[in-house]
Amino acid sequence: MRANFILGIVGSITTLVLLFELLRRKHLREKYAILWVVVAVMTLLVAAFPQVIYWASDLIGVAVPANLLFFVASMVLLGISVHHSYELGRLEDRSRTLAEEVALLRLRIEHGEQRSDAFDDPGRD
Amino acid sequence: MFDPRAESTRVLVVLPALNEARSVGSVVRDVRGRYPHYDVLVVDDGSIDHTAREAAEAGAMVCELPFNLGVGGAMRTAYKFAERNGYQVVVQVDADGQHDPSYIEKLVDGLADSDLVIGARFAGVGEYRAAFLRRLAMRLLATVLSRLARRPLTDVTSGFRAAGPRCIELFALHYPAEYLGDTVESLVIALRTGCSVDQLPVEMRVRSHGNPSQSPFKAALYLVRAVAALGLALVRQWPVPEQEADLPESQGAAS
Repeated sequence: MRANFILGIVGSITTLVLLFELLRRKHLREKYAILWVVVAVMTLLVAAFPQVIYWASDLIGVAVPANLLFFVASMVLLGISVHHSYELGRLEDRSRTLAEEVALLRLRIEHGEQRSDAFDDPGRD
Repeated sequence: MFDPRAESTRVLVVLPALNEARSVGSVVRDVRGRYPHYDVLVVDDGSIDHTAREAAEAGAMVCELPFNLGVGGAMRTAYKFAERNGYQVVVQVDADGQHDPSYIEKLVDGLADSDLVIGARFAGVGEYRAAFLRRLAMRLLATVLSRLARRPLTDVTSGFRAAGPRCIELFALHYPAEYLGDTVESLVIALRTGCSVDQLPVEMRVRSHGNPSQSPFKAALYLVRAVAALGLALVRQWPVPEQEADLPESQGAAS
């Protein structure tokens, strides 16, 4: 019990300090920091008041309280990974669109010098 | 519909090219020699050889992508270019020389009746020997897409195709970039947004170099990816540009 308590407190406080430092140095965007702050605060709460876990597992009907903790933790991590994949895909889409626009602008500049009339006319609107 | 033979129709022949320095020049010269009134655009998809220089020397406009985007990315760039510069027709031709440019005019003429025309390999003739799983995948794709198109489409993975004004506007916005997206998914997008798709038989030349992969593992992977690409394409949503919805095309919109 004692070890759990100390590990939980130390772990969550370390996380909070690290997050604060990253935010202070502008290495981390707020929208991602909030997520981790919530996770760290919840860990802190569970470490400080382990009764919460016993109460919750009783309520749901989980025999071993630690299993509930592991289950919730792995679900949170899964959610965060999926969210990162989503963000990565979105960034890839955007860099792809930018690459296309850069290529088109370069073509327009190169050809604009030779025959400006055909390429300065955007066709519609 | 629109008349591809009209004097005012502007045609853009697009060659997406990745490291095709050996063949791109001759394909560009061939197209320009046959069709002096068509413009030729080579989209250099991040090549590390002299593709761009060869294409420019042969007299094509060259659009150099800063890094490799795949055929889908290259074609979306081309469709954007076509839309912004007022082209009514885009013909996609492989830069490796396997597509015979003499068929380009037939594909363009086919746009009088359809929004998208695919140049399909003859049934049997000119078709390369493929592994069983790969043939199975191609048959599956052809069956589903033929049903969607309500007419037989035998070679849906062909990269030899002509797109009319309606498809250009659509593809400038929605051309898919993922694997098989440039062929299969783009057809599904066109069909599900009410465009008509047809095919014309064309004869393929032997590739100047390179061979399609034949290992059974790759064939199996191809089948899985084809099914995934097709399945996703069938459930995805593509918002059509605003003005299309107001057009009085009752039979085209209902599908």
